[in-house]
Amino acid sequence: MMLLPFETVVRTHGRTVLRVCLSVAGADDADDAWSETFLSALDAYPRLPADANVEAWLVTIARRKAIDVVRARGRRPVTVERLPEEPSTLGIPGALDDERAAAETVARAVSALPGKQRQAVTYHYLGGLPYQEVADIIGGTTDAARRAAADGISALRRTMGARP
Amino acid sequence: MTDDTTLHLEELHTRLAQGAQDAGLLDIAYRTVDSPVGELLLAATERGIVRIAFHREGFDDVLQTLSTKVSPRVLRSPARLDAAATELEQYFEGKRRGFDLPLDFSLSHGFRRAVQGILPTIAYGSTASYAQVAAAAGSPRAMRAVGSACATNPLPLVVPCHRVLRTDGSLGGYAGGLEAKSALLHLESAA
Repeated sequence: MMLLPFETVVRTHGRTVLRVCLSVAGADDADDAWSETFLSALDAYPRLPADANVEAWLVTIARRKAIDVVRARGRRPVTVERLPEEPSTLGIPGALDDERAAAETVARAVSALPGKQRQAVTYHYLGGLPYQEVADIIGGTTDAARRAAADGISALRRTMGARP
Repeated sequence: MTDDTTLHLEELHTRLAQGAQDAGLLDIAYRTVDSPVGELLLAATERGIVRIAFHREGFDDVLQTLSTKVSPRVLRSPARLDAAATELEQYFEGKRRGFDLPLDFSLSHGFRRAVQGILPTIAYGSTASYAQVAAAAGSPRAMRAVGSACATNPLPLVVPCHRVLRTDGSLGGYAGGLEAKSALLHLESAA
């Protein structure tokens, strides 16, 4: 496996990252968050393992950057429908090595989920998108998106050996 | 999302490329240009032009090779290639006989690199045989290796491998296709 040219990464995931930025930072700050996300990702990209889940990685960075941009303006982040149930253990580029290793473990487990579960977990738990927007992207109803995310989380708990 | 979003993403992309350049993160910038020998891809590192490719080589494959062999920090960004695009345009109009561009030979090594270094000494409008180039490189029997060096030239046009022919005057090979090679020789003999 080889890393794709970063141009392909931007073309493939630019839209999803913009959705996360819009959802978390709002229209005024989404552009700055998008730019910060891809600049930060470009910096770290050569060190990304070639089998990493690029979408989960980007969405996680996007959420963090969107929150940073909003905080820098002294506003509160746009409230999401429901906050993720547990703090993310995902690292971001430049984070401690064990944190990064944990992030890679999670990302790998997430990639192994079936399509809709993978997307629902990525967009809701890593990206902070409300279920209604998750449903807009993956199709189907809001309830179906919620169920897919819940099923995905259950599967992750099993594969990662967490206690129920 | 809508077409507005597509346009907006283009603007964001342009801004990203500029930001990457300013932050020293744009390892490879590329763009495409139209030419009489078909669409060309031009790519440059901060040191200079690193790759010129013909459409028939497959731009996706060319970019993947750059990503793997040089750096995956690759973005479409025309600004760094402005001078190259202008000089190539002048060349195709018959108004330029040599190039004045910084070159980055990161993709070439050893004997091939040495041969590619010799090629610009073949003057505009003239040709040399594979045997003559081999002799000039100090290895008169290495005609096949000279052929490989021409075939793998990462910087065609600017490094004029199209001016190298078989001893009998036939065209030999060309990454851009024999039609392109012939068109370039014709352009140079007419100007």
